[in-house]
Amino acid sequence: MTYRDAIREAMRKALRADDRVFLMGEDVGRYGGCYAVSKGLLAEFGPERIRDTPLSESAFVGAGIGASLGGMRPIVEIMTCNFSLLALDQILNNAATFLYMSGGQFNVPVVIRMATGGGRQLAAQHSHSLEGWYAHIPGIKVLTPATIEDAHGMLLAALLDPDPVLIFENALLYNTEGELPANAGPVEIAHARICRPGRDISVITYGNSLWKALEAARGLAEKGIEAEVIDLRTLRPLDDHTLVESVTRTHRALVVDEGWRSGGISAEISARLMEQSMYELDAPIERLCGAEVPMPYAAHMEREAIPQVAAIAAAVERMVATHE
Amino acid sequence: MSGQREHQFQLLRQMLLIRRFEEKCAELYTREKIRGFMHLYIGEEAVGVGVIQALGPEDAIVSTYREHGHALVRGIPAGSVMAEMFGKQEGCSRGRGGSMHLFDAKTRFYGGNAVVGGGLPIAVGLALADKMRNRSRVTCCFFGDGAVAEGEFHECMNLSALWRLPLLFACENNRYAMGTRLDVTHSVTDLTKKAAAYDIPAAAADGMDVLAVEAAARSATEHVRSGQGPFFLECRTYRFRAHSMYDPELYRDKAEVEEWKKRDPIPALIRRLKEDEKDAGGTETGLAELERQVSKEIDEAIAFAERGTWEPVAGLLRSVYSDKGLSA
Repeated sequence: MTYRDAIREAMRKALRADDRVFLMGEDVGRYGGCYAVSKGLLAEFGPERIRDTPLSESAFVGAGIGASLGGMRPIVEIMTCNFSLLALDQILNNAATFLYMSGGQFNVPVVIRMATGGGRQLAAQHSHSLEGWYAHIPGIKVLTPATIEDAHGMLLAALLDPDPVLIFENALLYNTEGELPANAGPVEIAHARICRPGRDISVITYGNSLWKALEAARGLAEKGIEAEVIDLRTLRPLDDHTLVESVTRTHRALVVDEGWRSGGISAEISARLMEQSMYELDAPIERLCGAEVPMPYAAHMEREAIPQVAAIAAAVERMVATHE
Repeated sequence: MSGQREHQFQLLRQMLLIRRFEEKCAELYTREKIRGFMHLYIGEEAVGVGVIQALGPEDAIVSTYREHGHALVRGIPAGSVMAEMFGKQEGCSRGRGGSMHLFDAKTRFYGGNAVVGGGLPIAVGLALADKMRNRSRVTCCFFGDGAVAEGEFHECMNLSALWRLPLLFACENNRYAMGTRLDVTHSVTDLTKKAAAYDIPAAAADGMDVLAVEAAARSATEHVRSGQGPFFLECRTYRFRAHSMYDPELYRDKAEVEEWKKRDPIPALIRRLKEDEKDAGGTETGLAELERQVSKEIDEAIAFAERGTWEPVAGLLRSVYSDKGLSA
């Protein structure tokens, strides 16, 4: 099963189990989804529940918010997170505020899925990683599934959540393969996960960078360096506890994130670790982030703009060596 | 008194309530009881009063930041609205919203929205939910002429027509987007023409005549309820007061304002009641009684707001997220 299949399977289960659930977005029906995530769902559930929309991000995201206020459980798909900016007003000014601004009267149980990340030579309007940016906003939850199990289970969990949930699917992950247990259901979304235990350094990351960090860690192990790799899974709310606990054991932390460095999620994580575990640290926390450029088209330039396995390995080696 | 005349007195009462309530608000603003941005509806009362007559309790309203009138007519208690403007936790949004963000679940009042056009997609979604659940309800979305220039307006007109949603577009055209006149911002100033592009039936009503607005709104909601999709109702009106409490009104002539005041919807309705009166002086007596009732209601609202309490600051982070479980 692929990551794509896992999301589709979760949507199918939810659509079957709860008639309030429906999917809407651009090309989700007849086209089958721009990344083929919803392929086949139109035939099974019909055009009322697998609803093709015009290219009106603000209207259909807002309609998702409104439909959730009206008792539905909409899943809204936005093609890519760059396009979500056309709906940012609805997400920030409405979805994130209604519960608070209404004094607790109106919660907004909408789920908004979108593709994120670079690496496909799609240049500067289809390749950015804005999940860290969205994680700045109180009132919404930000999920970044990296694994097949999370791709499936986080969507189901999001549909059970009373508040607006944004799910960022790194588009390079859609084709990754893995097993989904037959009894797979919703997963908890409150905690980060230690994917690979290690004693020498905590490599904190999420999304597609998780797989790069794990690959780097395997290479480092051959050199005797044991990196602990943590999948953040949820960027808002952040699970400080798991991070602090890990750093308390490893005494070093590298944060890896495809987003821009300045004011990004890595900066937030670094600040929190400084606040909560500075005296545990044997070395400064470092960040390995996306280059601060609009994403370039040429493959070699794009590769350079995104944290890669070699860069992660080199950073870890240097951090461990210089502060022995 | 005939049923019709009784109803007209009821409309008069609602317009008077808004007028007197907001006159008090302006006073309380200068006394710093109310802070923030506050936008008065004075002059436009016939629109909210007329349109909301056509709605039933099961219907929904999505409103703008100039929504005190809509809230009062919808039946949110005046005390609860006033307490909200005072910032008290007894307010309809627990003091979290203020003048621009009145919310009330009981009356399906989905907020004053302070981003122009921002309520339109919400209204589309509420109407979509009703249609998908086969519920026979109408969602009424108020917005101004300013919102008609927003992309969201056009997206929502298209979407709601495409999906034949039970949505009433209630456009309050007061001729100014804050301080910029309609003809300075729109290539087509007859706003009903915009509906034609989406094949949405449209009508324009004299927004200074509450009976005309009510009749137009009843016929518009009849269309919407019949399952034929949305309707665009433009109510042509005028704001007598400044845009907000910070507006020195450099952009319009005093003479223009005076000209429109001659069409004030409240005296207009009183004149009509007098023309139709069977018992000499009956209108004056009725009016005096209404003024007395309204004044009492507002005094009680202010007293309620004054008595209200401040939310303890320990609650600052409450309701950023739901405490538990699902609602809606």
